[in-house]
Amino acid sequence: MIAWLQSLGADQQVQLLFVILFGLLLLVSAGAALQGLRERSGLQEDGRQRFERELRATWIGAVVFWAAWISGPGGATILFGVISFLALREYITLLKTGRGDHRSLLLAFFAVLPMQYLLMANRNFDSFSVFIPVYVFLAIPVVSALAGDPQRFLERNAKIQWGIMVCVYGLSHAPALVLLDFPQSKGRGAFLLFFLVMVVAVAKMAQTVASRRLRRRPVARHIDRSFSYRAWALGTLAAALLGAALCWITPFEAGQAMAMAAIAAAAGTLGEFVMSALKKDAGVRYWGNTSSVTGAVGLLDRVAPLCFAAPVFFHSVRWYFQLKP
Amino acid sequence: MTRADAFGLLLAFIARLITGAQGHWKGCPPKAEQRIYFANHQSHLDWVLIWAALPRELRATTRPIAARDYWTSSPFKHWITREVFHAVYVSRQRTDDQDPLEPLIDALKSGDSLVIFPEGTRSNKGLPQPFKSGLFNLAEQFPQVQLIPAWIDNVQRVMPKGEVVPVPILCTVTFGAPVMRAEGEDKRSFLERARKAVVALQPGATPKAATA
Repeated sequence: MIAWLQSLGADQQVQLLFVILFGLLLLVSAGAALQGLRERSGLQEDGRQRFERELRATWIGAVVFWAAWISGPGGATILFGVISFLALREYITLLKTGRGDHRSLLLAFFAVLPMQYLLMANRNFDSFSVFIPVYVFLAIPVVSALAGDPQRFLERNAKIQWGIMVCVYGLSHAPALVLLDFPQSKGRGAFLLFFLVMVVAVAKMAQTVASRRLRRRPVARHIDRSFSYRAWALGTLAAALLGAALCWITPFEAGQAMAMAAIAAAAGTLGEFVMSALKKDAGVRYWGNTSSVTGAVGLLDRVAPLCFAAPVFFHSVRWYFQLKP
Repeated sequence: MTRADAFGLLLAFIARLITGAQGHWKGCPPKAEQRIYFANHQSHLDWVLIWAALPRELRATTRPIAARDYWTSSPFKHWITREVFHAVYVSRQRTDDQDPLEPLIDALKSGDSLVIFPEGTRSNKGLPQPFKSGLFNLAEQFPQVQLIPAWIDNVQRVMPKGEVVPVPILCTVTFGAPVMRAEGEDKRSFLERARKAVVALQPGATPKAATA
């Protein structure tokens, strides 16, 4: 089995990966459709609707990743650029910016975002890593100060900087993984991205299940009623085990894969925790809250763990393996 | 497809990309009936937003009002209002022998729907200013045409006064239940009621805030 897998080319392996992924999704969807025929109580109905929403999101996510792979580096750049744009749009909508921020926001949306993705597509990984933290860090407050509104200056700038860091800088590291070339396995970056998404998703699920089963005292009940250290550790552990099990699709050894998965999963789940603090601050329960101002679809909710996990994972991998672009 | 249709689709796509332009049909379904939509007016983008929020098949028969002197002053402005939006032109200068509402009446007689901003001008105070009487006159003359209130939310953040490039921020257009003119209702109370119907559609508005 393993020998047969290794005899396949990188492209065929990626294809196989997607066939398996879509096959699993089809099975789950078919099962859910059969389940949907049964009658059920109101509470079950609620749960079923939530499950169907999650399933739909998973489908969309899978199709997005497939499209990113099929369309090559250029397509992946554009695709993730658009997701970044939509996520940043949602973030800015909910974080009430003022009139004086107009020019800074234009800069963020129409200059910083395309520039970051261009740098990524060109594999300028050094400038890609410092462009936002160094150059944009200065540019945004300069533009903001030129607008001449001193009120809440720090707060307004912090909001925008944060949005750029999370929605643009963080998310742009996900497609960058596809372009990262390991000497011994060319053209298999798609596996790294898949690996990252899988371990983060599993960590999130395991953490949810663990916190429901354990019913520990929440660490910070005003931010997240279900977050406890033990549940978080269990989520990370589950991800680490999955990472070790998936090591054959990555350039890592089993131990390395386990450590990388743990790092990525811990970053992703903690990032989600931070996001829920931010949401509480902005007064929304989840980003897709329809009763608030927007018609936001809750995209940010889906990509937030990835936004935090991707840069940590990317830079850990790059530093550990001393990869040169 | 003509060039104007293609341009219209492109424009609607850009509006949706920048603002989402989501239509929330709370009080009535989007139907091909003759209607007058009336909304709050905060920005130059208001018309485009309502237009993009409408289903595609309603866009061709739903027309905005455009000031003749400004929107016919250059070939492009004239083309876009005439061919893409099918605007109804009105003159801002009043002449004694002509009713300023006449072009609107003609449009309604020919079966088209209209979008009007009864405040007459853009306001950035949050709540809309008192409505001008045109809405009442049209309601009186065309009792069979539905009057649909609409609230456009967040658009002032997309393009504050004095700026020309829009920032991507999600906006919504909420359409409410039709407002009917009650038997024998006078102008002032009808216009005030219509204004309240618009304000009540503000997202997160409590019934109390709507009456304030």
